Amino acid sequence: MNKEVELKQGQNQLFSDPDADKAREFFRSKSRAMVNKVTTVDEAVKRLVKDGDYIAIGGFGANRIPTAVLHEIARQGKKNLAFAGHTATHDMQILVGGECIDRLDIAYVIGLEARGLSPNARRAVESGKIKLTEWTNATLSWRLKAAAMGLSYLPARNIMGTDTFKYSAAKEVLCPFTNQKFAAFPALYPDFAAIHVHECDVYGNAHVFGSTVSDQDLAKASKRVVITTERIISNDEIRRQPTATFIPFWCVDAVVEVPYGSYPGNMPYEYFSDEEHIRQWLKIEKDPEEFRKFFKKQILDTKNFYEYLELNGGIARMLKLRAIEHLTHNR
Amino acid sequence: MADYNAMELMICVAARNLENGATVVVGTGAPCAAAMLSQKTHSPNLTIMFEAGGVAPILPSMPISVGDSRTFHKAILASSMPDIMETCQRGMVDYTFLGGAQIDMYGNINSTMIGANHAKPKVRFPGSGGANDLASLCWRTMVMTPQDSKRFTDKIDFITSPGYLSGGNSRYEAGLPKGTGPYRIITNMAIMGFDDTSKRMKVLNINPGYNRTDIQDNCGFELLWADRITETEPPHEEELRILREEVDPHRYIIGR
Repeated sequence: MNKEVELKQGQNQLFSDPDADKAREFFRSKSRAMVNKVTTVDEAVKRLVKDGDYIAIGGFGANRIPTAVLHEIARQGKKNLAFAGHTATHDMQILVGGECIDRLDIAYVIGLEARGLSPNARRAVESGKIKLTEWTNATLSWRLKAAAMGLSYLPARNIMGTDTFKYSAAKEVLCPFTNQKFAAFPALYPDFAAIHVHECDVYGNAHVFGSTVSDQDLAKASKRVVITTERIISNDEIRRQPTATFIPFWCVDAVVEVPYGSYPGNMPYEYFSDEEHIRQWLKIEKDPEEFRKFFKKQILDTKNFYEYLELNGGIARMLKLRAIEHLTHNR
Repeated sequence: MADYNAMELMICVAARNLENGATVVVGTGAPCAAAMLSQKTHSPNLTIMFEAGGVAPILPSMPISVGDSRTFHKAILASSMPDIMETCQRGMVDYTFLGGAQIDMYGNINSTMIGANHAKPKVRFPGSGGANDLASLCWRTMVMTPQDSKRFTDKIDFITSPGYLSGGNSRYEAGLPKGTGPYRIITNMAIMGFDDTSKRMKVLNINPGYNRTDIQDNCGFELLWADRITETEPPHEEELRILREEVDPHRYIIGR
């Protein structure tokens, strides 16, 4: 690389402040006390999510997602949220269904991978009503990692030369050691994150099994964090195998026990995704009016996540999904 | 000769391009089927990776998501997205597969939008996901796609994932790692590579039943042609048997 190389920058908006000193000021006042943080979904969302917040969701689209929290954000009518679309699939369907978001960092949105596209999320993104900035899965991961490290950016070697870069808010920089050109990705410090885990204690010390996506960095990077968990375990269990602690208590503001909490998504080693229910969403979304009724019945008019599970087959359905996950079902 | 469809041919060709001992990041669908077929034929030590963190699973069935529990079933490693992407960035990943709505003569791919206004697209697709990252950072990118002149276009609406950008040395000059880029474009009609100097798409093999006119007529830009063009070797009986009986018994992919 020669010295006169032109350094480009993405032209779209940065929806969050990457300033590491401001983040330090926030984290200076964040409680580090190891106290009992168990609460309800309703209370956690009331206390931790504010209109206009930048929010991010753990897991991967329809795998290990905190569905109960997503429902509650819609139920409480949170508005004008910015959202990290880091392979956002069913999580995005819920937030768009609730008309909760108006700014979107896109890595992957509106698709449900092999299942097809969400007609409602697609309409929302094509409407021009949501502000869009392009990123990629690795880029959003590294933006969270930069924040987890307490930095304002990280350099990397992807996306340069593409329109994905052009419509991002990244900038090119030169390496001070090699003079190599890199893309610089601004740290992403979300205001709020919700992460679903397999087990944690009442303080928020959490275990996750299987692929962890970006959740460790997400827990560190976010200002306010709620953990939903398949089950609460004792602090002794955490102390028995400290190398297994995936998220430590000091990242966590609230803990809610939500068995089957990733439904209709997959929870590795617990239950598989409910493909019939997800297909039903995709089908009904084709008609905006039908979808509005469906969303109201399934989410807005249910008191809580358990009413929603009951509506969709209850424990019998959950046991079937357990059998599919464990490859013990009869095809 | 064995009877087969275009998808089966493309999967068999892709599988043959994955050598034993290599690493490959795949998504759901045809690329995953190609990697599984390769493992069950000539590349038992092919390491299959998924971008959400799964490495070297023993796949019990086709995953529906690149992060679902099948992607790390009896795996060597269930790690994280940054770990997989950093392994690509370190230069440890040989192959990846991409798809998209449009591809141009330099192998640039659009999976973001159709239209001229990014803020209000005519048609919106999911976006990069991990595609740009993998196309940027893996050594060799392959594409399996049906070929027509709308998809193979000289006017790509949006470069989501980098091919050779504007050709020549432009990919490296943009800052992307040296020696990386598109390697094979596998269509129902032909197998393409890229010219060493211009980095334009070049036909290497013609699939049985097609000719040069078909291939150029179904491409929106001028193709280059290799000096010696041979016919693509059709799927062997044994490849088809494994693909149909072991890789995709429910014909989710090959049945289309």
